[in-house]
Amino acid sequence: MNAMKKLVYALTLLLIPVLLAGCESKLLVFDPKGPVARSLTDLIVYSIIFMLVIVVVIFVLFGYIVWKYRARKDDSDFEPEEEKGNHLLEITWFTIPVIIVIALMIPTMKTIYEVEDIPQGYEEEEPLVIHVTSADWKWIFSYPEQDIETVNYINIPADHPVQFKMTSAGTMQSFWVPELGGQKYTMANMQTNLYLVADKPGSFYGRNTSFNGQGYAHMEFEVQAQTEEDFNEWVHEVHNTAMDLSEEKYSEILEPGVLGRMTFNGTHLEWIDHAHGGSEKYIDSELYRIDHGDDEEEQEEGREDDQEEENENQDTEDTSESANTDHSHH
Amino acid sequence: MSLDEFFVTGDPLILASQIAIGLTMVGLIALITYLKRWKWLWNEWFTTVDHKKIGIMYILAGVLMFFRGGVDGLLMKAQTSRPGLDLLDAQHYDEIFTTHGVIMILFMAMPLLIGIMNVVIPLQIGARDVAFPKLNAFSFWIFFAGAMLFNLSFVIGGSPDAGWTSYFPLAGKEFTPGVGNNYYAISLQIAGIGTLATGINFVVTIIKMRAPGMSWMKLPIFVWTTFITSIIIVAAFPILTIALLYMTLDRLFGTHFFTVAAGGDPMLWLNLFWLWGHPEVYIVVLPAFGMFSEVIATFARKNLYGYKSMVYAVAGIAFLSMLVWVHHFYTMGNSAAVNSIFSLTTMMIAIPTGVKIFNWLFTLRKGRIEFSTSMLWALAFIPCFTIGGVTGVMLAMAAADYQYHNTMFLVAHFHYVLIPGVVFAVFAGLYYWWPKMFGFKLNEKIGKWHFWLFVIGFNMTFMPMFFVGLDGMSRRMYTYAESTGWGAWLGFSAVGSLVMAAGFAALCYNIYWSFRYASRNVGNDPWNARSLEWATASPAPHYNFAVVPEVENLDDFWYKKKKGTLGLKKSDLKPVHMPSNSWTPIVLAGAFGLVGFFLVFEWIPLAIIAAVGIVVGLVANTFDYDDGYHIPVDELEEEEREWRGDLQ
Repeated sequence: MNAMKKLVYALTLLLIPVLLAGCESKLLVFDPKGPVARSLTDLIVYSIIFMLVIVVVIFVLFGYIVWKYRARKDDSDFEPEEEKGNHLLEITWFTIPVIIVIALMIPTMKTIYEVEDIPQGYEEEEPLVIHVTSADWKWIFSYPEQDIETVNYINIPADHPVQFKMTSAGTMQSFWVPELGGQKYTMANMQTNLYLVADKPGSFYGRNTSFNGQGYAHMEFEVQAQTEEDFNEWVHEVHNTAMDLSEEKYSEILEPGVLGRMTFNGTHLEWIDHAHGGSEKYIDSELYRIDHGDDEEEQEEGREDDQEEENENQDTEDTSESANTDHSHH
Repeated sequence: MSLDEFFVTGDPLILASQIAIGLTMVGLIALITYLKRWKWLWNEWFTTVDHKKIGIMYILAGVLMFFRGGVDGLLMKAQTSRPGLDLLDAQHYDEIFTTHGVIMILFMAMPLLIGIMNVVIPLQIGARDVAFPKLNAFSFWIFFAGAMLFNLSFVIGGSPDAGWTSYFPLAGKEFTPGVGNNYYAISLQIAGIGTLATGINFVVTIIKMRAPGMSWMKLPIFVWTTFITSIIIVAAFPILTIALLYMTLDRLFGTHFFTVAAGGDPMLWLNLFWLWGHPEVYIVVLPAFGMFSEVIATFARKNLYGYKSMVYAVAGIAFLSMLVWVHHFYTMGNSAAVNSIFSLTTMMIAIPTGVKIFNWLFTLRKGRIEFSTSMLWALAFIPCFTIGGVTGVMLAMAAADYQYHNTMFLVAHFHYVLIPGVVFAVFAGLYYWWPKMFGFKLNEKIGKWHFWLFVIGFNMTFMPMFFVGLDGMSRRMYTYAESTGWGAWLGFSAVGSLVMAAGFAALCYNIYWSFRYASRNVGNDPWNARSLEWATASPAPHYNFAVVPEVENLDDFWYKKKKGTLGLKKSDLKPVHMPSNSWTPIVLAGAFGLVGFFLVFEWIPLAIIAAVGIVVGLVANTFDYDDGYHIPVDELEEEEREWRGDLQ
């Protein structure tokens, strides 16, 4: 029947983008800019090849069978034979997936262990340590050795290992820079570790992928990989020009809201490391309350809020624009 | 609390819906009163213990919730169709994806599947009802109370907004102070009691009430998948009960099970949630596998290929489903060893699933494939689900998952599993068993419109999500910048969702059209099928079988049909014992709903008073000595003659 022909045709069409995905190099995950992301991408491409083979085999078999054994007007007397099954065949299609699983499992395990450590070839170098503190809805980065703190952007030296020590001031977030490596969660009272390296100078898009309330969509940051000299110069410049971070200012930053970029001398680690508790004193649930009311007074207030938000959004837009610089290659 | 805090009033969209809901309610009440149907509704439906009617009510509720969840989905697609749109604000979007997830899994997929099980399972095993008919009615009404309570949040107090997974600390009172998440905790708890009771009911029904001669390896495959699903329900739902109880205590009574303060552990919620949540995925997918198997065997006109290995495969999947929950948080900083182990257990699920796919293909092979609407759904399932399956294996590889986790790639994957796996199955099942429920077929021509629109729309909607996911788009983002370049993908996806919605509209039209115009003359076995439910009249009489059939083979009905030994002897008729209707299930469920509502708003004294109502109801129920009634032989004879023509 022609309905089935249409189906097979439609599915073949739908398969084309899947086939193309393998060689589509523009998607961020297929465009690694560092050794960690590269080993993940290699694994992904390897798995896609297996998956495509499986999909093609099943689709072809399906199309062939459905076409060949379709009911025809002239065979209405035809009574198919009963078939109990065939042990040999059933063992075959049990064994093949077992082999595929083994073939996928070995490189997966290798990669899991590999990305937990300093990337290969960089073991000798002392990693740059950056503390990541996620809060609603911004990223705070502390450089304890450089005694610098930034909000919503990170500068790192290229071709040099970076160790991120990650935690959260409240809700759970996930730190992800797809071009440099896989993501990991940030949790209050916990520290997670992530090693990343950028091969060359460049700007990379990073964001939170774990939903955490209203400002979630705007919770992005830029990773700027610089040459060693540029990085040192930047550190030097921050020391000369940036404001000192006070605890008061830090509490203000932690209040729920979307912010633009900021740079400070000094780090908040001097008075609190959220990986070891004590975040309660910065959390005020009143600030998370949502109003559904709409009497006039509140509407007025709402308008003011909107205005404020707009101002803030302007800041964020700046950030996201620049955060997306490398992302605008589409 | 002032009135405008109580009713959600800020949003024109919600206001419009409130008015629409109000008018619909008034209209319905007026219509029923005008038609003088209240007594009929109460006697025939609200107090019924007939598994078929309960099944139909489940299906009706499921379709309604499908509509609600679908509109949520369309709104999300509209909001993300272009970069920087502000059709919905962040808060509204957060509420909508939360309710979309909860409704689609718990209040759409579950009732539709349980509804079909309710209608079909007792008929397939040659029983007159489930093991506990009154408990079955209670299961439905308490599920319904939970579902209604959850939907109430939309207009009263505010919807939950922490995602369907409601991860702590976000879902705790510190970060989500409103009543929305109270609704989540309490309405899921109430509906969950119903599901657990259903699980127990079906385990007992299938163990104890099979027709004489129906040994385990002669069970229709849908009965097998229902049985195994029911066992997973019994194993997994108590975990949800405990998790939600802790959540309720945390939110309402200031305990610290999951909060960061005072030694609470948010990870405990994640573990409990997914210890239930992952098996839940298989709770909705396994019965669907059973339905596809029935439909494929019937319309290929062959017995199911490799029946035994199909049974073992389902059991294997069920067992593995309990061992993989950690794959939902590979990125939580587990040790490499833990991630490796859960990668392996997760990938192993692909093995029995692959076995099933090949068994279906070989059932089709050398058959005579008829493209009925029901069969089209089953056929489309195979390629679509394969895409969902292989992307599932990709996600299972923990290291690769570090790049897919929480992205649109994941969203695309689970829609490619759940929509072909559950929604296509429900559609296949509805077209297939409709005559058994109502005595007529759904229109095949409109059915094909429904099929093509929905399947094409489905692929258009979800295929682009794989690509934006690989391009760095995380899930649950209500907006994005133009420079990301996602606009084209998501715009296409939004168009697809409209095509899919048109498919759903075609289904609704089909139901309407068929109710009015379809031929009532379909006989008891309109598809030339293989299993016992087709051995009795369509629609099935309330006593199911005048004489309980005796079974000798797998697909016994098929062989007896070929031999022509299906006739009924008048001398075999004996009075049939049936359970009486009962008002307790609906009233008790109402009391549960009331307690839930008061708890949501933390009106504890009122909740206690309503809870006394529950206790009184339960006690009153223990004094119910009604043993049911008997249908006399001449009544049976008359009803059987009506569709058989004559008795032997």
